[in-house]
Amino acid sequence: MTDVVVIGAGHNGLVTATYLAKAGLKVTVLEAAPQIGGAAVTREFVPGYKTSGVAHLLHGLHPAIARDLDLARHGLDLKAQRVETRSLLPGDRSFDTSSVASVSRTDAEAYPAVMARLTRMADALAAYALHTPPRPDAMKMDWQAKLNLGKFAWGLRRLGKKDMLELTRILTMNVNDLANDYFESDAVKGLLCFEGVLGLALGPRSPSTVFNLLYRLSSLGANGQGGFLLPKGGMGSVAQALGRAAQAAGVLIRTGAAVDHILIENDVAAGAVLSTGEEIRASRVVSNADPQRTALQLIGPRNLDAMFVTRIRHLRMNGCAAKIHLALDGLPEALANARGRIVVAPRPDDIERAYDCAKYGRVSDRPALELTIPTLSDPSLAPAGKHVASIVAQYCPYKLRGTSVNDARQQIGERSLAVLEEVAPGLKQRVTAMEVLTPHDLEKQFGMTGGQWHHGEITLDQVLFLRPAGQAQEYRMPVPGVYLCGAGAHPGGNISGAPGYNAAREILKDARAQKRVVGAA
Amino acid sequence: MQQSYDAIIIGGGHNGLTCAAYLAKGGEKAGKSKLKVLVLERREKVGGAAMSEEKYPGFTYSTCSYVCSLLRPEIFRFLDLPRHGLQVIPYDINSAPNPEGEGIIYYSDHDRTRESLRRHSIRDAEAYDEYAMEISRYCRFIKRTLLMTPPDPTQINPFVQNRINPWGHREDLEGLLKIGREFGRLGERNMYDMIRFWSMSVADFLDQYFETPRWKGLAAASSIIGTALGPYSPGTAYVLLHHYMGEVDGQIGAWGFARGGMGSVSKAIASAAEEAGVEIRVNAEVEKVIVKDGKAVGVALKSGEEIYGRSIVSNADPKRTYLKLVDKGDLDAIDPDIHRYARNYKIRGSSGKLNIALDGLPEFAGLPKESCYGTIDIGGDFDYIERAFDDYKYGSWSKRPFLDCVIPTTVDPTMSPPGKHFMSVFVQYVPYQLAEGPWTPEMKAQYEKDVLDTIELHAPGFKKLVLHVQCRTPWDIENEVGMTEGNIFHGELTLDQLLFNRPFPGMGQYRGPFDNFYMCGSGTHPGGGVMGAPGANAATEMLKDFRRGVVQ
Repeated sequence: MTDVVVIGAGHNGLVTATYLAKAGLKVTVLEAAPQIGGAAVTREFVPGYKTSGVAHLLHGLHPAIARDLDLARHGLDLKAQRVETRSLLPGDRSFDTSSVASVSRTDAEAYPAVMARLTRMADALAAYALHTPPRPDAMKMDWQAKLNLGKFAWGLRRLGKKDMLELTRILTMNVNDLANDYFESDAVKGLLCFEGVLGLALGPRSPSTVFNLLYRLSSLGANGQGGFLLPKGGMGSVAQALGRAAQAAGVLIRTGAAVDHILIENDVAAGAVLSTGEEIRASRVVSNADPQRTALQLIGPRNLDAMFVTRIRHLRMNGCAAKIHLALDGLPEALANARGRIVVAPRPDDIERAYDCAKYGRVSDRPALELTIPTLSDPSLAPAGKHVASIVAQYCPYKLRGTSVNDARQQIGERSLAVLEEVAPGLKQRVTAMEVLTPHDLEKQFGMTGGQWHHGEITLDQVLFLRPAGQAQEYRMPVPGVYLCGAGAHPGGNISGAPGYNAAREILKDARAQKRVVGAA
Repeated sequence: MQQSYDAIIIGGGHNGLTCAAYLAKGGEKAGKSKLKVLVLERREKVGGAAMSEEKYPGFTYSTCSYVCSLLRPEIFRFLDLPRHGLQVIPYDINSAPNPEGEGIIYYSDHDRTRESLRRHSIRDAEAYDEYAMEISRYCRFIKRTLLMTPPDPTQINPFVQNRINPWGHREDLEGLLKIGREFGRLGERNMYDMIRFWSMSVADFLDQYFETPRWKGLAAASSIIGTALGPYSPGTAYVLLHHYMGEVDGQIGAWGFARGGMGSVSKAIASAAEEAGVEIRVNAEVEKVIVKDGKAVGVALKSGEEIYGRSIVSNADPKRTYLKLVDKGDLDAIDPDIHRYARNYKIRGSSGKLNIALDGLPEFAGLPKESCYGTIDIGGDFDYIERAFDDYKYGSWSKRPFLDCVIPTTVDPTMSPPGKHFMSVFVQYVPYQLAEGPWTPEMKAQYEKDVLDTIELHAPGFKKLVLHVQCRTPWDIENEVGMTEGNIFHGELTLDQLLFNRPFPGMGQYRGPFDNFYMCGSGTHPGGGVMGAPGANAATEMLKDFRRGVVQ
């Protein structure tokens, strides 16, 4: 008999499990896949070639969590070299944060100040990363929550009148307008817009993309790693470290144990039932799966009220990014020493047009790309002298119209290579093998509904107390004893561990309350 | 020549006139000596965008705005507009023709709408109750904020004292608390839905309820009218409210035609103002606002004449006010950021207008005759509108535009010769400038043709009825009425430009950067539409300042 069952050994599941175990609870983690990590995994996609399966850059991992779980001791090297973002432009031009001047003098002067200002605002917002979001109904908040809200408000005010008002202005804006407000050159605007739409099924001109930008920037400030990291050994190493930390804390991890549904007796969680029929009983069940999977499959509509089910069914979960892995027998000289993060989004309108295709259920004619070549900093991922390229291609919609998934897979692959060929001539000949994961493939392989790797888009209507939905507050699903610890809960996606951390705190709150009651009886 | 007024109002639009009337009456009420108010209008007649003109013999066109509903009933009563000749004839039908089958009909009567929806989808008919409830809940909440000065969240410390509030910013704190209380009344579940509603796209919002594509297209219409966004853009759901807030003598959600065209609205307000002692001068274009050491002291007319007053009010849109009427030097002396705010202010014009004289009543595909008594929305499903938006995004007019048509002459015979009709066609989307550059006559002709073709598609035989067409692009509207980029709302109604951020961060309370300088146009809270609320609110704030002696 264990106290808590955690369904899914994604990074958040492991974080929750570890914190609970550290607090003295007996925790069992059930993972369907043969290995732990969920979307934070290193896979061999062609014999000899390994790369991060989904997420390939680490930036959101919250320092406090890394410290608490002592991940360094468990083999996670966060001092791995930071990587800079470089934007490739047509006519083998390119620029990074240090060489903006090469595209525009005025922007070069503005750039540092603007980014610093945005990051300052992002940090003020991110003050809630490790807190349970406030409830709009102040009556329902305990003193702790009220205190946090107060601190948050004070943090905003401390930005100063100008910045606070500017924040309220830009928060709901579209990133294209923001870029036009601050910059003049398409190249710089394009990069900013790309950061704003990455992971969304929205274009640069869609409002609320600035919020996504701020969300990403927050992880580049005090509430994240302060920059992009290429973890040694791929993203799997992060999961491995978390796994070791969990085991060290006494968590029991069972891989290859697919959960069929959550066992509910008299409307209260009683454990989990595996697809093999085996029952694992526990008074608390924590789901690391996305909200739709959790509510509609694991809990089941019959245990929920209709309003809630409709709301969950209508979550924005349209994965719009495909993951492409290339096995290369060498690098074109444009990428010869591209150790960093490469972005190919030369103009805002390119991204907007790419989005227009997705809007009507087609694969972008000219996708916007993010690319890393991990083998440059970690040769162990490929045979000697060979290389691996890991690409995020936007947009490849989950909701396709008149295109089969197979066609979509082929199209996004070819079109991405075509776009790359323009900025890095000679890449095509170097490709010896290619793997393309469309949102549908991501859904199948990693169990993320809609292939949405944030477990629900990061848009204003799906954050804070609206994440996952109004009726599932503070990491508790409507069924008592069922909790949500995945990216589908506040604060959301990226390999941050924050949702897991917050969920653990809430679960322990309940556990203590129960103990008090039992003690009193 | 020198003469002094208590208030000089730049622009005789409906908000300027409302502001003037409120000042004159209000001053009286406060038991003070009557305020001397002057309204300066550039054109030969007042009214701005609420204007009736005879552009074709025998026909009265409502040249810009075309239906009357948002005008706040409080203003209607306070200025006693009916006595001044304003008569609003409500209509209760809003329909969408359908060349491929039966059209969609929406009535202002809830049950009739449900019945007409039932013809298309039982599910939609049932969902409509839920939907209507939610919408009206939000409307009730918004309404209360319309006639209030938006509180500034950075000024809630009641102990801060300054020139405007010698006793500290209690009002802002109280305002926030008031809104908070209203919000509290909603109950937690509604709170979640409402907060979510603010930032949703209208497509997502309607998809939760309905399945019939054409009905969803019709319902989405009011959330994209006048905005430079498509139905799939987040934040459009809110604009839905902005058109649902309408009222005609107390009948919520109702729309109406002003007898004699929209000009009669301005005429009525003007006569109410004049009765209250306001002086109105037409053909008096203001060139510059005269600022002396941080104080607005008067205005200089194109004619070179200078008029001085204790306070200056601008009814022009924020961009025009701060980039044209005011010297950059004067602004920078106060705060260099203001000029940047003005430059970055989002005021993209997105809609054109066709005023058409018809030889008879057109017949719309899939609709009964009675549909001509209300608005006819020519469009389709979300994709139809979104594709129209895509054309606009890249600097072209929509090849297949979304059209909002009314034929006021069906209920108001005063506007056209017997048997003939005036049709107002609101065109979404039309850019202020084309990707290739400014509008050329050929382009304009092509745009006019595309619109007429679209109507012909949905109303076979329409073209044969056309006697005369007045075709306007945002560019024309700017040049005629003076609204920058022809944006009908004096600035886009996106969340970043609402409440205390309208027009600019920190200037959301009708006071300009200079002492004695105020804003009263649609570029201030609560925004566009022939509503009068900005004018009334501005006047309220000014009267406060007069009473406190802030205005020297």
